[in-house]
Amino acid sequence: MFSIFRKTRQLEQNIDAFLDLILKSALAFRVALKAYLSGDRTTFEEKVQEIDSLEAQADGLRREVENTIYAEMILPESRGDVLALLENSDDVLNQIADTIVEFRTENPAFPLDLHGHLLELVDASMEAVEQMVLAVQAYFRDLLAVRNLITKIIFYEKETDRLGERIKRSLFQRDDLTLAEKMHLRTFVQYLQQIADQAEDLGDRISIYVIKRMV
Amino acid sequence: MIWFYLTSGLFLGWSLGANDAANVFGTAVATRMVRFTTAAWIASLFVMLGAVIGGAGPAATYGKLGAINAMGGAFTVALSAALVVAWTVRLGLPVSTTQAIVGAIVGWDLFAHRPVPLGTLSKIMVTWVASPVLAALFAFTLNHLIRRTLPYLRMHLLMQDLMNRAILVMIGAFGAYSLGANNIANVMGVFVTSNPFRDLYIQGIQILSAQQVLFLLGGAAIATGIFTYSQKVMMTVGRELFRLSPVDAWVVVLAESLVLFLFSSHNLQHWLLSHRLPAPPLVPVSSSQAVVGAVIGIGFARGGIRAIRYEILGQIALGWILTPAVGGLLAFLLLFVMQNVFQQMVVLP
Repeated sequence: MFSIFRKTRQLEQNIDAFLDLILKSALAFRVALKAYLSGDRTTFEEKVQEIDSLEAQADGLRREVENTIYAEMILPESRGDVLALLENSDDVLNQIADTIVEFRTENPAFPLDLHGHLLELVDASMEAVEQMVLAVQAYFRDLLAVRNLITKIIFYEKETDRLGERIKRSLFQRDDLTLAEKMHLRTFVQYLQQIADQAEDLGDRISIYVIKRMV
Repeated sequence: MIWFYLTSGLFLGWSLGANDAANVFGTAVATRMVRFTTAAWIASLFVMLGAVIGGAGPAATYGKLGAINAMGGAFTVALSAALVVAWTVRLGLPVSTTQAIVGAIVGWDLFAHRPVPLGTLSKIMVTWVASPVLAALFAFTLNHLIRRTLPYLRMHLLMQDLMNRAILVMIGAFGAYSLGANNIANVMGVFVTSNPFRDLYIQGIQILSAQQVLFLLGGAAIATGIFTYSQKVMMTVGRELFRLSPVDAWVVVLAESLVLFLFSSHNLQHWLLSHRLPAPPLVPVSSSQAVVGAVIGIGFARGGIRAIRYEILGQIALGWILTPAVGGLLAFLLLFVMQNVFQQMVVLP
């Protein structure tokens, strides 16, 4: 009995640690993008490395949690939902990591007057991710809090749509960029929007899982 | 010959273990929250404890219904009940050993030209109706209480899972104890008057009374049923129950166990009477029907009147009449055959 209790506690801590890694990645992403736009390559490179390492740690933790849930036959009823939550949260983290690597690889050159809008977009997108992490934590601990958090995810996802749209419109209205450059920059705006989209998809899933647990 | 006569009772015990252990440990085993061997050991131990410690009350009620004074008669009555139980299992109806054996005892009364104690009979029959209704009421109330409080405890999902496992085992043990205490009368009740055993002494100290030895044997038969055949039934019953959430599943088992306990505990009866509260009679009731009642109670809490499945209620109500009627008729016929064809003593003058 005590060993099951210990294993459950350990599993709980691993899930929390996994979610913390996603939060840290979102924070590092904000700093990395600010550094990138301000031309601070050293900080940017540091943060890219940091996100890469956080992603690797999260993969390891997620696998460990999944194996334990199956091996110890924990949560027979909702293990499918829990595994889907963890995998989809991991997908969001992968999207963050992929996006930052794309910035490093392709070096998109955003016009200076769009930097402010772009940082707003990054903030909204990362805010959606942070609320998503809180919603996943609430799914485990406090079902009553989930609803408010999902409302916030939806709000920030809509914000990324609005901000992204504004940047894209502004990009395609200007004459100082070639069509190829405009399309290149647009792809990066879409990457940032996709992160919030994935966070919103996960929020939708959580609301279904909460209903399943409440019924 | 004594052992041969006891076989029909032992068979009833085996069938009770095979069928009814699923009502207390089905969910836990079917969902792999508890291993079958663990569940079987706990259920067997507590069924035997319940039978030996708390089985006297419900068995005494059967004694009032018909004091079967010949081993041959007790054998035939138990055999008739066993055949009726086997028949209801085949029909897929919620099994009720108690209804079959009550019918069979009344069959013996009629065969032996003894007056049928209508007062006791009606008291028993009222409990048949009351037990699923009470189980539904308990499940409904427990469901409300738990649903209201659980979200405010802010317990981690994993801790809730662990708590569910622990509760399923504890309630399973309580359910097994209540099942043993309440239902041992169905298995060995008819042998009480013609009990062939003596009090058990170890180094001059009485360990068990003769009746407790008889009940221990019945408990062992139930345990054999649990170990040899209940796994399959547990998987079926458990999956049916586990369409509910894990919390609802243990609420159902708890409601059922409380009903069994209510109709078998001397101490609870004394306590209720001393507080001038209505106390239920100590009568064996059907655990399967109590489970059905509890599931309906949960469904009612969730979906209101729509959740009630009338065809199942109809089956149960039909069982209240049909099972004892068939049991009585069969007992009467078999007693006639035993006495006149096999020349066995089924009634002592």
